[in-house]
Amino acid sequence: MAVDRFPVEATHIMMFARSVADYNQIYYDDNYAKTTEVGHVIAPPTFAQSSAQFDPNYFLRPKVGQPWFGSGKEPTGIKREPSSGGGGGGGGLHAEQHYEYHRHIKPGDILKGVVKPGKTWEKEGKRSGKLVFTETVTEYYDQTGELVITAKGVGVRTERPVDSK
Amino acid sequence: MALKATQLKVGDTYTECLVEDLKRTQIVMYAGTSGDYNPLHTDEIYTKDVAKYPSVFAHGMLTMGMTGRMLTNYVGDGRLTKYGVRFTSQVWPGDTLHSTATVDSVDKGIVNLTVETRNQNDVVVLSGYAAARID
Repeated sequence: MAVDRFPVEATHIMMFARSVADYNQIYYDDNYAKTTEVGHVIAPPTFAQSSAQFDPNYFLRPKVGQPWFGSGKEPTGIKREPSSGGGGGGGGLHAEQHYEYHRHIKPGDILKGVVKPGKTWEKEGKRSGKLVFTETVTEYYDQTGELVITAKGVGVRTERPVDSK
Repeated sequence: MALKATQLKVGDTYTECLVEDLKRTQIVMYAGTSGDYNPLHTDEIYTKDVAKYPSVFAHGMLTMGMTGRMLTNYVGDGRLTKYGVRFTSQVWPGDTLHSTATVDSVDKGIVNLTVETRNQNDVVVLSGYAAARID
């Protein structure tokens, strides 16, 4: 997703690795990482997704004083905002995600995510009615202007909830 | 430890159990680190009463992240060059997932893999591909 400044920090990498149940010490321990071929801590392969934390207006984060479509004690009745596509969220689901790694990101990197709109297409789904797919390409550049990761997300908006059976 | 071209052949597989009895708290942890706070993943009242799903369900990216662990354990750290997936079925609290990488081709220092993650009912929840540098 588009983000002006995504500072990659060791603590965030550690917490992200825990959240995907990955206890490989290359994500946690700089001393261990120095003994590996890579030579330093790196981020897990899907870490770039957490750039959402650095989008001040990310619409899937509740904000003080603004309506939020999730429940309090009871449902709020607030409608969710439509997704702008790509990553799934909002009224849609995440259908696909693709990464191309030009190099692996590490603590100290300061990334910039530049979004390029992709294709949109429709198809009829057996489990959820009409499906509208939207593709978004995000290029992550580092502090030197080098392209480090190319990410392509495909979001899908469904006519009705997906039948889980 | 990186893979060696001389020790790989088409059809080789590598499998890991990604998670047993997926906990709701693991999904909350992923929401917290990724920043995707969509209530569909953590808010049972919203998900059942408003969105009309049977319960909260995991972010597709949590399954992709856990599957990525299987991949990096197989190909080595910092070796992936491509990794892409389709989310083919939802992953629910309580699910147990196994993931397999299968060697498709080995060429010019790169191994191409097919990636598949299945739940306890043998339903494919994620299918995709990866490529990695090998020695």
